[in-house]
Amino acid sequence: MMHLPVYVSAIIAFVLLAAGSLVLPDWAMFLFAMALAKGLVCLGIVGMMRGGVVSFGQGLYYCLGAYTATLVANSFGVSDIFLLTLISAAVCLAVGLVFGPLLSSYRGIFFAMLSLALSMVLYGTLSKMSFIGGTDGLNIGAPTFLGWAPEGRPLQTALYIYVVAIVVIAGALMRIYFDSEQGLITLAMRDNELRVEYLGASVRHVMTYNYVFGALLGGIGGTIAVLALGHVDPEFAFWTTSGEFVFVAILAGYLSVPAVFVAAIILELVRSFSNLYFPNTWQLALGIFLLIVIVALPGGLGSLIKRSKETDT
Amino acid sequence: MIKKHITGALGAALLAGGLAGPAAAQDDTFKIGVITFLSGQAAESFGVPAWNGGKLLVDMLNEGGKLPAPYDTKGFGGMNIEVVVIDEAGGATKQVQEFRNLVQREEVDAVVGYVSSGNCLAVPPVADELKAFTILYDCGTPRVFEDGAFEYVFRTAAHATMDNVSLARYLKSRDFDVPSFAGLNQDYAWGQDSWADFTGAMKQLYPDAEVKTALFPKFGAGQYGTEISALLRERPALVHSSNWGGDLQGFLIQATARGLHKRSQVVLAAGDHVIPQLGNKMPDGIFLGARGVNGLAANARGGELKELTDTLWMAYEDEYDTFPVQAPFRMWQALLGLKTAVEKAMADNGGKKPTDEELAAAMKGLSWDAPSGRIEMMLADGHQAIQPNAIGTTKWNEETGKMELVDVEYYAARCVNPPAGIKSADWLAQGFPGAECD
Repeated sequence: MMHLPVYVSAIIAFVLLAAGSLVLPDWAMFLFAMALAKGLVCLGIVGMMRGGVVSFGQGLYYCLGAYTATLVANSFGVSDIFLLTLISAAVCLAVGLVFGPLLSSYRGIFFAMLSLALSMVLYGTLSKMSFIGGTDGLNIGAPTFLGWAPEGRPLQTALYIYVVAIVVIAGALMRIYFDSEQGLITLAMRDNELRVEYLGASVRHVMTYNYVFGALLGGIGGTIAVLALGHVDPEFAFWTTSGEFVFVAILAGYLSVPAVFVAAIILELVRSFSNLYFPNTWQLALGIFLLIVIVALPGGLGSLIKRSKETDT
Repeated sequence: MIKKHITGALGAALLAGGLAGPAAAQDDTFKIGVITFLSGQAAESFGVPAWNGGKLLVDMLNEGGKLPAPYDTKGFGGMNIEVVVIDEAGGATKQVQEFRNLVQREEVDAVVGYVSSGNCLAVPPVADELKAFTILYDCGTPRVFEDGAFEYVFRTAAHATMDNVSLARYLKSRDFDVPSFAGLNQDYAWGQDSWADFTGAMKQLYPDAEVKTALFPKFGAGQYGTEISALLRERPALVHSSNWGGDLQGFLIQATARGLHKRSQVVLAAGDHVIPQLGNKMPDGIFLGARGVNGLAANARGGELKELTDTLWMAYEDEYDTFPVQAPFRMWQALLGLKTAVEKAMADNGGKKPTDEELAAAMKGLSWDAPSGRIEMMLADGHQAIQPNAIGTTKWNEETGKMELVDVEYYAARCVNPPAGIKSADWLAQGFPGAECD
């Protein structure tokens, strides 16, 4: 019974977002699909942020997922989006399980730098591998959906619905996880790790979980992004890409799951329009926007929800 | 609570979309989207000069009658040219998104852009998916059309194989003795490919030359102390570099200070664009190319394209107080090619504004004159251009206080570009089959 509201709001969110495929123009549907795919990666960071650590290297899984999908698609001729997502997710899960226990004993800047270092190792390695395109990257063909191979608007719509479905499922599952015992322990770790350990819970254990979930979400996000874009390059693992994910996570705050996706969409919209209207100074426009958000909403977009909740009751 | 915020976001997004309102181009204007680096390392070297040149050309065309025939008609077939400029910085992900926005939101009639090879590989599949006529104006990688085939995508500049083949031919034609050579190239696709092309070409023309060392400092390294020490110690007869921008300036200034250019002949695949910045700090006697008969080499050429070249040269010098290097030349050849294609398509369809299909049909296999020479869409089934190239030697003119290019050798397009139907790597390995040199 306790989780009923999550299911209900998940269904409502899915219906509303899916309805977007009827009204959104082509360009906006693509922008939304990309934003939601990146939002998945950011959701993983938010999961860690709740425990007081921030990964500056989520690009590692975003890139790994994207390259896995591309290499599998190009070498084995697999184009089914479900299969590609599963394979990439499995690879990222495996890598996350290797690095998770290692990173879970670090905190603060050490965790951030170590995760960053890992993603930069992948970046450097891929840049050197000229047989898979080096810094120029690789192309991947359009995905198929269980044998159905749409083109044009139907393809964009199918991709959009696919990412919406995954976002809603992942969002709901993460909400349930956040509200579970483990998830609440994560929140408690943010305040006092020592006390959590004295209560009998293992901080490392919980952190490993959070990290592995982040890896999984990163891989899925990367797979969807590369299938939408049609191209992957090592830039996916570069620190600026990871930094963008961190920014979205900060913009969203750790209080609300939907806020993560709203933040991702807002960032994409602001970037796209500042690019159009200020081609010479779009970075400046983007920077000013970020500053305003950080000054005006230090708790992130999610804090708006919390505030309105407090006034309601 | 989820619902409220999702609707809020959707509303905001729709509002933003509505505000931008697709400014559909009318029949009397031809709208092009231009993508070029306005920030980042490639802005100063390529992006900004390219668009500085492009802006001049668009203004001159819109006024009409400013250029010599056949470009003396107004705009594109009488239509006014309208431009949306987008910064190329930000990586391939962003560029694919911006490309979609240009085509679907701004509803441009053609896209002209891309300096970065990564972007040139990422955009064509999307262009074909959207059936959007696209010109790649600058990027070098041969992979675009050698690994793929696209209906709506054209590259109006020769790919990078030409640059290094010309360098090797220049050495040969000047009877330069090369017992050994070394390379210093940026550690990313451009530098790695250039070095592979140069060694491939040298293997054919100088089979006995020994490769001493191949150095690949990080892109944007800026400091080359250790690399220069290695080059000084190895004493190769020749040092090859395809560095560009700040990396090339840094390398040249640091190498000159330690006398590398006196011990080894320095050859640069794309070095002309740092001459305005370096001035007399650019050492004499460097062999360099400009990825086509561009910049100083075009100015020194004369001939029947002199009037067109002078138009670009003088307008650019008047406006920006410096001479045009390679990038504006490539932007001009792209825009003049687009003009030729639009006008050809309009002649075929009875004077209507051409569709993307009609434009693609007109562009295929087209050839036209540009300040950089005759551009021919010869490769990849009429989608990839070949163009002549030139290599020269730097010489500072004390009297005029300007850098000059002397002993310039001009190479026909078919001499330094592979013929249709063969990959450039194979063409090099097989010893340039089908090359037509004078």
